[in-house]
Amino acid sequence: MSQRQVLQVFEQYQKARTQFVQTVAELATRPQNIETLQNAGVMSLLRPLLLDVVPTIQQTAALALGRLANYNDDLAEAVVKGDILPQLVYSLAEQNRFYKKAAAFVLRAVGKHSPQLAQAIVDCGALDTLVICLEDFDPGVKEAAAWALGYIARHNAELSQAVVDAGAVPLLVLCIQEPEIALKRIAASALSDISKHSPELAQTVVDAGAIAHLAQMILNPDAKLKRQVLSALSQIAKHSVDLAEMGVEAEIFPVVLTCLKDSDEYVKKNAATLIREIAKHTPELSQLIVNAGGVAAVIDCIGNCKGNVRLPGIMMLGYVAAHSENLAMAVIISKGVPQLSICLSEEQEDHIKAAAAWALGQIGRHTPEHARAVAVTNVLPVLLSLYMETESSEDLQVKTKKALKNILQKCTYLPALEPLLHDAPPNILKHVVGQFSKVLPHDSKARRLFVTSGGLKKVQEIKAEPGSLLQEYINTINNCYPEEIVRYYSPGYSDALLERVENYQPVL
Amino acid sequence: MATLARLQGRRPGLREEYFHRNRAVDEYRKTEHNAAVQIQSWFRGCRVRAYIRYLNKMMIIIQKWWRGYQGRKRFRKIVQTAYFIMKMNFYNEMAVRIQKRWRGYYIRKYIHNYYALKKYLEAISVNNEIVRKELEEFAEMKEKEKEKKDLEREEKKKDHQARKMHYLLSTEQIAGVYNSPFRHSPDPMEVRLRKARPFSHRPQQIKKHLTRFDSPNCINSLTFPTVQPLPPIGRQKPQGPFRDTAEVLQQRFKPLEPTLRVASSINSLEKAREEIKREEWRNRINDNEFLPFSSCHKNQKYDPLIHTSSKYSQITYGIKHFREEHHEKWITNKDFETVLPSIDLFDKFGQTYSKAGQIV
Repeated sequence: MSQRQVLQVFEQYQKARTQFVQTVAELATRPQNIETLQNAGVMSLLRPLLLDVVPTIQQTAALALGRLANYNDDLAEAVVKGDILPQLVYSLAEQNRFYKKAAAFVLRAVGKHSPQLAQAIVDCGALDTLVICLEDFDPGVKEAAAWALGYIARHNAELSQAVVDAGAVPLLVLCIQEPEIALKRIAASALSDISKHSPELAQTVVDAGAIAHLAQMILNPDAKLKRQVLSALSQIAKHSVDLAEMGVEAEIFPVVLTCLKDSDEYVKKNAATLIREIAKHTPELSQLIVNAGGVAAVIDCIGNCKGNVRLPGIMMLGYVAAHSENLAMAVIISKGVPQLSICLSEEQEDHIKAAAAWALGQIGRHTPEHARAVAVTNVLPVLLSLYMETESSEDLQVKTKKALKNILQKCTYLPALEPLLHDAPPNILKHVVGQFSKVLPHDSKARRLFVTSGGLKKVQEIKAEPGSLLQEYINTINNCYPEEIVRYYSPGYSDALLERVENYQPVL
Repeated sequence: MATLARLQGRRPGLREEYFHRNRAVDEYRKTEHNAAVQIQSWFRGCRVRAYIRYLNKMMIIIQKWWRGYQGRKRFRKIVQTAYFIMKMNFYNEMAVRIQKRWRGYYIRKYIHNYYALKKYLEAISVNNEIVRKELEEFAEMKEKEKEKKDLEREEKKKDHQARKMHYLLSTEQIAGVYNSPFRHSPDPMEVRLRKARPFSHRPQQIKKHLTRFDSPNCINSLTFPTVQPLPPIGRQKPQGPFRDTAEVLQQRFKPLEPTLRVASSINSLEKAREEIKREEWRNRINDNEFLPFSSCHKNQKYDPLIHTSSKYSQITYGIKHFREEHHEKWITNKDFETVLPSIDLFDKFGQTYSKAGQIV
């Protein structure tokens, strides 16, 4: 056997390996093949190929592993159990950039499924090498490393803390400043995942100087980048007043309002979330947002969107109105109430309706003026019907009941209260009748209207236990009218009259 | 004398008279004594009673006056307190009136200022309108930009297609596909074809297609990691004194490497000097000039060296100009060059084709 023939054998073997690994990698892109591949035992075959002599085979094997692990968590667990991770981590430190990208992809694919798998990745010391990868020159390597770190940090606070302890945050902030858009996106998303768990983590991110860069990137035209940046800022701002104030100091208003008009739905949603997180802390922050015209922008945004995208905007209006009556009046003036009542009637999802009901309750509960502004839009019957519907979820029922009670306790606008007299259940009816009993003694026109609209008749038909609050209210109302009218409208009056006719002895 | 005789004649019966008299007295002495005592005691009693009566009367008068005095004093006190209370009530009443007015005014003006609130709410609605309008304009602008970009993309695509399909252009004899004789005017595609410049047959540069590592989802591309395509194996080297193709291509498509001289600006030296000066000024704590150490010369300025100072200032010879002072001694009229040209040969070292001078 000549030397050439011997070498030919090796060449054939290498070609075979290359072809195998390439084909597996291509097959792994289609979900339907992965089951078959798994049953055929692809994991155990790919594992030795990771240690292959030829670099391209290593890289492609790593890529194939990554795609497999990406698909579901059984395969990811198999990767962890097969002790592949330490090998990957070790070679991450040494190999070229393609291998680094593939290895980081595998780590990401494993770490995204569950906290246990992510913990396994942390335990084998991958964080340090990933952080070293963040310092690499190639932006693709940085992106893959940042993505892996982001997915690990997403699960819970301990994992985030581990990522922060490995020193990832300053490097991520540097990555944000890089010119490549994909890298910026991933770095922003990783920062958002880190800072969402606790105030300390958010403070760490802020201390690394992230807010200024994030605030600058709001102006970037790329929609996906804006999504991540806004999400990161809102995760930071939601924890405490100081963090929210720092966000505001970075001069995001009024730029954020332009994001509310973006064509991408999720950019609008995240912008509304950011404004909501800032508004909910203190009245001063809400005041700032109102002064910058934020309320009008959010209301327009609610009008343009449908579905879940509206939810943060609705909640923001509720938070703003909850702080003080001046702010609630500002919301009313910005034409918020008609928009909220449209949301209440249009939306199908219960949680959005509950949020709209809550927001309306917060607006209307301050003074009679506010309650009147809410009642004028005919939203009270809608609230009542939602409360009474058996299909509404419990949360929705509770929220509509609270909202109704809050508004009714201050509502003196009688035309809006009258429809409620006819349909309401006893516990709501109590409040309605109570309001009538407060207003009627002082206003003669209202009394007349009450009679002509059939309200007095309805009140007489209410059965109340003697001594209860409802009976007292009914008595107060009856005392406002002359006795004849009260008797005229009381049920059974016609019978009583007929009996009198029967018993009457005509005077001859 | 007669009396004396009378008296003497009475003398013998004197003793018995004296004795009888004393005895007669003695018989009724007890009763008389008791009676006298009684009379005297009654009389003394009368006297004492009269005295006591008198004393009583006096006591009553004194007490009457005293009690009257106390009562009047008390009454005065009562009247005083009642007056005081009346005054205080009055003052309180008036103070309440004043405070009522003041508090109403203060709260209405500063705390729940209705007009300020109204103005504020009006300002908010005006601001809202402005913001709404601006946002709408912004959205419209974005829409227009997007439309423009879409249009441009369409145009580019069509132009690219026209360049690729340039052969569909109609000729004199044969009307092309887009120039049907039954139409009034040729299709716009025909116009494009006329303007298009056909692609030349050049080996395409390696297009930067999206590899798996560029796109985040890593699913699009199905190929190997991109490496420079290797030259075909087993190709015969062209006969002749030709260089290696790879070398030639590398040389031809070398990126621009400006020399150091070209890359640095012409007044970089001055800028660097200024920079150094600024840094020194920045880092200096004390801007005052150097003063001598001993305090007796505290107020004297530092005397610079006599070599560096002339009658009026530092001389510029040796610093700004270097030529000889005496004009006769000059060789030419041309001035010294302060900026020397760089030597191109050294810039090109190691970067040209020729391997002259290379040892290995």
